[in-house]
Amino acid sequence: MVEWIMSPYRKQLLDPLLVNNPITVQILGLCSALAVTSALLPAVVMSIAVTCVLMFANVTVSLLRRAMPKSIRLIIEMTLIASAVIVVDQVLQAFVPDIAEILSVFVGLIVTNCLVLGRTEAYAMHNGVWASLADGLGNGLGYSVILIVVGSIRELFGSGSLLGRQILRTQAEGGWYTPNELMLLAPSAFFIIALLIWAMHAFGQVRRRDSAAAPVRESR
Amino acid sequence: MDGWLAIVVRAMFAENLALAYLLGMCTFLAVSNRVATALGLGIAVIGVQSLTVPVNHLIYRYLLEAGALDWAGAAELDLTFLRFIIFVGVIAALVQILEMFLERFLPNLHHALGIYLPLLTVNCAILGGSLFMVQRDYDLGESVAYGFGSAAGWALAIILFAALRERLRYSDIPEGLRGLGLAFTVTGFLALGFAGLRGLGG
Repeated sequence: MVEWIMSPYRKQLLDPLLVNNPITVQILGLCSALAVTSALLPAVVMSIAVTCVLMFANVTVSLLRRAMPKSIRLIIEMTLIASAVIVVDQVLQAFVPDIAEILSVFVGLIVTNCLVLGRTEAYAMHNGVWASLADGLGNGLGYSVILIVVGSIRELFGSGSLLGRQILRTQAEGGWYTPNELMLLAPSAFFIIALLIWAMHAFGQVRRRDSAAAPVRESR
Repeated sequence: MDGWLAIVVRAMFAENLALAYLLGMCTFLAVSNRVATALGLGIAVIGVQSLTVPVNHLIYRYLLEAGALDWAGAAELDLTFLRFIIFVGVIAALVQILEMFLERFLPNLHHALGIYLPLLTVNCAILGGSLFMVQRDYDLGESVAYGFGSAAGWALAIILFAALRERLRYSDIPEGLRGLGLAFTVTGFLALGFAGLRGLGG
């Protein structure tokens, strides 16, 4: 445990979870994220897929960072990312075809996910392999946290279940819960993310107020 | 309504890329502070999308699809898995051409779009359009209609959103909700409105 706390990569791993979350703070990777969260299972699969691609892209770009000519680095990065996505897509179609069906085009859209390109450009281009791996894993987990929270809320209130298992018995099955169909539509994703961002801001403000050393930020 | 018109209308409203599939959100949130810039970006998206979807359609149909290479004597080849790399390459090339064209003939618009024109390369709405075209098995005419309709819908959404944002600058908003939080809430209401148009265009 002590070793882990002293680990040099702790910051890369933990910061993106809350303080520097890729979705709510860095505003990266929203595009393909929100459309897959109408149920929990696709959200989890999508999280794993993005985390794998992110780690692969960060490691390979970090390995190649000295060999890449500056002028064509974007093309190389896109090719590396697209190759990783192709592998992930083939694996999903081979082993979990039902979920690949639900995710449809959104697996392919990881190629243009700003989160992956953003992290390779901002971090892996300037840092070593292990630090980049940690950064990729950390940001992947930060992304997963938001996806899983949003996915749980939407599935629980939208269809009264979690991972397809009934939690709240719906009226259609003789229970008491009336599913909120809005939760299954796209607008609810926006509202839930907005509330999450609000909560995180409020949390950040409380923390700033508590630490006397940090200067209180002027309200805009 | 049937045929191409139905595809255009459906792609613009009920299946709006930004508000129903949440694609292109990064650009959507970042370039929507002023209506004028949003309008320019919307036009750029319409230009790029109306070109890339049909071009990608032709490439997919005659090079990548299973059995598409029949004319080259390699009917057993199925290169569908290459579509991500190829589509991104085609989009990048077309964006580059469009950029050079704008720089030469419309320098003001080119200046206003700035970094966001090259960023269209990694805009999920553009790649998403091509991937939806493959998934829904559109033919050439339909992909022209879909490319134009989906881009016009995206442009409509960002222009509406920018106009709302210009007005919201004068309102009193709870502190934690300012900025991104409010942007999401407003987009949510906008999406709710568009969801009400479901069923339009059959």
